[in-house]
Parts: sequence; C-alpha cells; structure tokens
Amino acid sequence: MVLILVVLPSLAGRYSLYLVIQILILSVFSLGFNLLFGYTGLLSFGQAGFFAVGAYACAKILLAVPNLFLGLLGGVVIAAAAALLLGFLSVRHTRIYFSMLTLAFGMMIYSIAWKWRDFTGGDDGLVGIPRAPLAIPGLPALSVASMERYYYVVLVVSLLAIWLMYRLVNSPLGLALQAIRDSESRAEFAGIAVRTYRLVAFTIAGLYAGLAGALLPPLENTVTPPIAHWSTSAEPVLATLLGGIHVFGGPIVGAFLFFMIKDVIVRFTEYWLIWLGVIVVALVMGFRGGVVSMFARRAARAEAASDR
Amino acid sequence: MDTIAFQGLIGLSLAMYLWLISAGLTIIFGVLRIVNFAHGSLFMMGAYLAFTFYGQLGLPFWLAILLSLLGVGLLGLVMERFFLRRIYSIDEAYQLLLTFGFILILDDAVKIIWGGVFKIPPIPAFLDGAWRAFGRPFPVYNAFVIAVGLLVAVLLWALFEKSWWGRIVRATASDREMANAIGVNVPRVFSGVFMFGSMLAALGGAMGTPVRVASPGIGAAMIIQAFIITVIGGLGNLKGAFVSSLMVGILSAYGTLFFPVFELFFIFVIMVVVLLVRPQGLFAR
Repeated sequence: MVLILVVLPSLAGRYSLYLVIQILILSVFSLGFNLLFGYTGLLSFGQAGFFAVGAYACAKILLAVPNLFLGLLGGVVIAAAAALLLGFLSVRHTRIYFSMLTLAFGMMIYSIAWKWRDFTGGDDGLVGIPRAPLAIPGLPALSVASMERYYYVVLVVSLLAIWLMYRLVNSPLGLALQAIRDSESRAEFAGIAVRTYRLVAFTIAGLYAGLAGALLPPLENTVTPPIAHWSTSAEPVLATLLGGIHVFGGPIVGAFLFFMIKDVIVRFTEYWLIWLGVIVVALVMGFRGGVVSMFARRAARAEAASDR
Repeated sequence: MDTIAFQGLIGLSLAMYLWLISAGLTIIFGVLRIVNFAHGSLFMMGAYLAFTFYGQLGLPFWLAILLSLLGVGLLGLVMERFFLRRIYSIDEAYQLLLTFGFILILDDAVKIIWGGVFKIPPIPAFLDGAWRAFGRPFPVYNAFVIAVGLLVAVLLWALFEKSWWGRIVRATASDREMANAIGVNVPRVFSGVFMFGSMLAALGGAMGTPVRVASPGIGAAMIIQAFIITVIGGLGNLKGAFVSSLMVGILSAYGTLFFPVFELFFIFVIMVVVLLVRPQGLFAR
C-alpha cells in the first residue's frame, strides 16, 4: 500500500494526486477525531475550529515568512495550544453537553474567521498563499512548488502522523483512554485521572486537526471561513463512521471511501450528499462497526467455518 | 429612543420564529432525550411545503400552513417510528449521527425538488401593509407572527399543564419506566411527541416563507440558533426556551444595529458560559 503511494506520482495525473492529498489530509484529521470519539468516547462537533486554526495560522506564517516547515510547525503548535485552552473547559462535560460545548467553540472560531476582516480577510479569506520551500533548520531548503513534490511532503507528514498515532493508541495512555470510554467510574477507581486524560486526548485531537488544516493552504493557495463551519466538523465524523470507529485504520479507510463516494457520485449527479446521507443512515441502523470491522467479521467467520 | 423601541419590536417578531423552532426541539429532548440535529431541516421542509401549497398551487394561506404542518408531521412520524425507535437503546452519539444523516438527505432533497434558488411567495393580501409604530411603518405581517407565537406559547402551556395528554407526556418525560408500568403506551407517546415537535418547527418555517426566503441553507442556520436557545433555556425546559428566544431575538435585533461585527461571536459566548456555569439552563429552578 505504502509502495503504491510512493510511486503514485509516476503513474497518476495531477488530479489523482490532488485527490490523494485530500484523502491523506482527511485521514489525519479523522484519526485525531477518532482518538477522542472511538477511543475516549467523546463526540466532538467542533473539530473544524482547530482545523481552521491550523490552516489560518499556517497561511499567515507563509504569507509573512515563506518557509513551509515554519508554516506547518506554527499551525500545529497554535492549534494544539487552542485545543489545550478550549479542551480545559470542554472536558468538564461529557456526552451531549460535551458535543454542544465543542459545537459552540467551533462556531466561535468560525465567527472570528468570518468577521475579523483585518486579520482573516473576512469572507474573502486569505489568498495568494505560496507553496513555499521546505527549509528545516540545518538542512538545505527544498522547493516543493510542484504538485508531485508537495504530494511527497503530505505523504511523509501523514505517514509519520499515522505511525505516531498507532504508537499512541497502543501505549499505556491509549489503553487508559479506552478504559475511560468503557467505564468512567471503573477507570477512576483504578487511579486514572479521568479529566486530565480526556484533556490530553482533546489536545492531541486538536493537534491532528491543526496539522491537517495546516497542510491545506499550500495546496489550495487560499483559506476561507467555511472550513471552520460545523459542517466541516462533520467530515471526520462521517469518514470515521464509514470506516469504523473501533478499528485503528477505520478513519483512514473511511477518508478514502468518503472521497471515492464523492468522486463517483459526482460523476452522475451533483447531489452526492443525499447519497452520503443514505449511507450514514444505513450505517447507523445496521453496520455501526463500519466497513473495516464488517470485513474483519466476515473474514473471522470464514476462518471459523474452514476450521471446522 | 424610538429607534430602540422599534428595533425591539423587530426583535420580538424575530424571536417568534426562534421560539417556534426551539419549542419543538426542547420538547423532543425533554421527552425522548434525543437531540434532533435534523430539526432545522424540518423547519426548512415546512417553509418549502408552504411555498408549494400557497405560492405555487395558490391555496388559501391558512390551508397551506395546515397542509405543510401535516406533511412535516408525517415526515417526523416516519423518522421516529422507522429509524430513531430502533436505536434508543444504544449510545446517544449514534442518535445524533442518524439525525445528521437526515440533514444530508433532506437538504439535498430540497435542492432536487425545488432547485437551489431562493423562493419568496407574496405576502397574503389580508396581512399586507404596515402600521405605524414609534414613527415608523411596522409590517402587519410581523405583528401577525408575534400574535401566532404568543398564541402557541399559551396553547402549549395549557396543553402541558392543564390537559390529560400533557400529564401523560410529563409523566413519561420524568420516568418512562414508571409511566410504562402504570399503563402508558410509551412508544406511542414518543411518536406523538416527535410528530408534534416536528409540526412546531414546520409552523415556524411555513410562517416565515412570505418574508424570510425559503432556501436550502436555512435548515443549517436555524438549527444552530435553536441549539443556542435550547441550551441557554435549559435542554428540555419549555419555559426557558420561550424566555431565551425572546432574549436572543431581541439581542440580535439590537446586535445588528449596534455591533454587527461581534453579534454572532457574542451569542456563542453566552452559550458557552451557560454550558459551563449553568448547564441545566439559565431558567431552571
């Protein structure tokens, strides 16, 4: 799989590369979301806020200092700081009140992006963001202006992020989060500082949203307020639900399916969201484990049958 | 001075739409414990159905509103009976996700059926024109909206506090197992309440058609407003929803007048503060 991704630029055209970049960005975004939802049991409807913080911070930095490394780093750090601050307040609640609180915070960020014209450009957004060279201190600067080069940047960054998340969910921290999800009081009795762990999960989820957001402006050369709107928060929710919430790779598979569904249906009709809605309803009604665990279960059943 | 009083009247009529949509949302939450994300889309469906019956088919205004209420009520019944009912037992996050799926379906369905452009039918003749209030012309239609909103508030109060049906619903809301044990048909109450709440949303949407546009985006815009109001008033608190509708409606009327830039931000700040300091709502006893 990784090999295919590495040789992809020599096989595929610009549009496919653009699509794969979008899938990778949504994968990172959704992985962070699922650390909070699937692993910790908190449904956030405000992740787009941190996505936008990452995107706007990266865009502002690139407009001032043309260095992609600084842009990405700044986006991640500022988004994580915002998540730490808002998370501190958000994790006081769980369940529906948590969802409402994150929705409100996300929409607050949206209204800032929309109304603070001097800083964010208002509804015009920020334009002319350069795909600046990647200059990591101590290494020679690398031009990433072409789509192929930028694709490799996104690929390396996403694979790194996916690997780190994999390590994280299988670490003691990841296990503690799952314990909190399964039973808050049992986790508390076992000596887990529930609220602190939730805050850590929230901050990491915000950091991943910020990283995903920071990867966007160099691709599109613009950032506009709709990326902070709650309907953007729904994208990682949908992707994660599609792929499966209780499997590590679920959000990645889901991100792929999300864009495939979109890409396929848009060829036939502009109304692709109605079909996505039908799929969501079907998933919730019948296949809550998502696509990945559906196949995993089938495989397990086939194996059990052949053993007999 | 006159400007302030007049803007207050404008805010009051705005508050009534907010009241109609949040009343349904908060009743449904109070009884079924479900946050219906698609409630704004039901408001939108009410608007479009009213447009079809009144603006396109030329039916009398009253009949058009009544028919759109019935149409949306039926839609609500289907949503509850065939979908939500099957997943009451599982994690509430899935109920939120299911109703989110309905948003995607309804919003696109509206675009397919009615197209993506705005629809505004004319104001019915007997409600057209303006009265003078505080030295300015105040549309008769706005006064009509205020009257209907207040009437609904009184009727809801009578229904829930004074009628047999209201007692059954309140009993189900406070303890569904006990209600079940004393012979209340709880699933039927749930269906009835969901349908009723949907119709309240549709009433708001239908009444808005001649003055506010019917467009595919109004569902998403209204649901956020309704969330803000029901949270400030306390989820499931009908009286709270009424008071905070007035508050938000009048505040945003002044907001657009005095500080248009921060109006939206300010309202979300109120929502956050209420959630953090008084999650049971400002008006809970």
